[in-house]
Amino acid sequence: MKNKVSIVDYLLVLVFVVIIVITLYPFLNVLAISFNDATDTIKNINFIIPRMFTLSNYKYVFKDTDFVMPFVISVSRTLVGTLVGVFTTAMLAYTLSRRDFVFHKTFTVIFVVTMYVGGGLIPDYLLIMRTLHLGNNFFVYIIPGMIWVYNMILVRSYIDGLPVALQEAAKIDGANDFQIWYKIVLPLCTPVIATIALYYAVGQWNAFMDTYLYAQKLPTLQFKLYEIMNQATMKLDIHSNSNTSTAVTPMSIRMAVTIVATLPIVIVYPFLQKYFIGGMTLGSVKD
Amino acid sequence: MSKNRQTTKKKNRLSLGILWRQRYLLAMSIPFVIWLIIFKYIPLWGWTMAFQEVKPATFQKPIFERTFVGLGNFIKAFKDRLFIQTMVNTLGVSIIGITIGTIAAILFAVMLNEVVFLRFKKITQTISYLPHFVSWVIIASIAKNVFNDGGVIDSLFGKNFHLMSTNSVLIWFVIVFIDIWKEVGWNAIIYLSAMAGIDPGLYEAAEIDGANRLQRIWHITLPGIRPTIIVLLIMSIGGALNVGMERQMLLSNPLVEDYTMVLSWFSYKRGIGNSDYGLGTAIGVFQSAVGITLLLIANKIAGLIGEDKLI
Repeated sequence: MKNKVSIVDYLLVLVFVVIIVITLYPFLNVLAISFNDATDTIKNINFIIPRMFTLSNYKYVFKDTDFVMPFVISVSRTLVGTLVGVFTTAMLAYTLSRRDFVFHKTFTVIFVVTMYVGGGLIPDYLLIMRTLHLGNNFFVYIIPGMIWVYNMILVRSYIDGLPVALQEAAKIDGANDFQIWYKIVLPLCTPVIATIALYYAVGQWNAFMDTYLYAQKLPTLQFKLYEIMNQATMKLDIHSNSNTSTAVTPMSIRMAVTIVATLPIVIVYPFLQKYFIGGMTLGSVKD
Repeated sequence: MSKNRQTTKKKNRLSLGILWRQRYLLAMSIPFVIWLIIFKYIPLWGWTMAFQEVKPATFQKPIFERTFVGLGNFIKAFKDRLFIQTMVNTLGVSIIGITIGTIAAILFAVMLNEVVFLRFKKITQTISYLPHFVSWVIIASIAKNVFNDGGVIDSLFGKNFHLMSTNSVLIWFVIVFIDIWKEVGWNAIIYLSAMAGIDPGLYEAAEIDGANRLQRIWHITLPGIRPTIIVLLIMSIGGALNVGMERQMLLSNPLVEDYTMVLSWFSYKRGIGNSDYGLGTAIGVFQSAVGITLLLIANKIAGLIGEDKLI
């Protein structure tokens, strides 16, 4: 469209600038409060530049042993969950990409069906807690959600697009199916592996319900934030009434934890963008 | 692309010989099939609990030794004092969410598609879906700053709106607003990619014919993304009762719980909270059954008004 730039074009830009402000303002507000003196924050929380700059909120969070454990758990589940998820997904995807595999069709169907029907909250809960006794066990974060069928399909579509000649050459050289996958297919899958690794990592880092339902004794950072959120309002009221001048309030702690929990997402965001959008369109290539 | 593979291989019949030859493939897939059966199919079998009385004491009993109650759990659910309000909340927040959410995403995509400054367009899009990747807990924490009494909005307008502390349908709109704020940029992606698939020749022809911007949007862009809109609408109507417990619970507080309770949460409350596993499962089964019915109805209507059907 080689039209001249008109007034409407500038109006559109203005609209989107407003949208950007509405999107970013709440985040900047949290960031500012997390760096602001806690007692000063109580006066008015509507600002995006710290009025009285301090690091005491973060110092409190990093010193308090209450937050060390959730941080370690969040990081561990993200690392282990991503590693296990990527490895198992890629392996399964390879076997299902092999049209000559006897169970190619059967296995594909039984996996895809689970994308559309599920047992639901109570049966899942009973299986994990009462039958398998995985409650408050670290593996409850890894095993039940190990493979996302959607990710498996992404990898399978990608393998489908690779030249078959490589696999056949390896076969003639005497490689077995595992070796073909590990030495030939896997190295070629790096882009799609990066995509699903990000999916798994973000999913693991952001997960909240599994902790809430199954493992409250293994709190993640997300769960810890939820806990503070539910007590913060009560304690904050006490503070604002009694005029005490403590260095931190539940409110300011909550803001610091919110930032710590958001930071990894913001750091991987440039990569997310690159791979997620590619992944979204890839997903439609099914057969 | 998968075609080239099929031509090189002959069709395999199941035999001991082929099982042995494909032992590596079997070893690489069977463990995950077992995983799938345990974690995805056994819970489906759990649906039988909806027709039985299952309490913590009777859970370990074999299925045929439990008391069969027929539709008893469903009747119990419908007679529950929370049921009507829960249904109203679920449908309310869902219908408002689907309507405003769809319109917002389409509007966002159409407007962004019209932006001629490409760099600005890219930056805007990048920022717009940042909240999508942030967890609901974090969103809830941020939302509390904005909507709580004395929060950002209250202090901005110098008035106390009680946005998150009024026990009324107001909270539905607040939740829907937060959801749209989080997801609109992300949901617009699919419309934008549908727009990218529209033949540019159409726009050029329209320009030669002297169509203005609104006419181009109305006659080319919107019809171009129409199939996408219909498919997404059918799917969201099918999921109308599946309002996530996570979002509702995190954005709720004791003051407004009468209006934030939805079916999935209710199922959890009765099933796990009150340890009535049969009742909890029945609510879940009801939710799925209505979901499938709604999906089929929406699909049928789409067919009747001459649109492409999903199934």
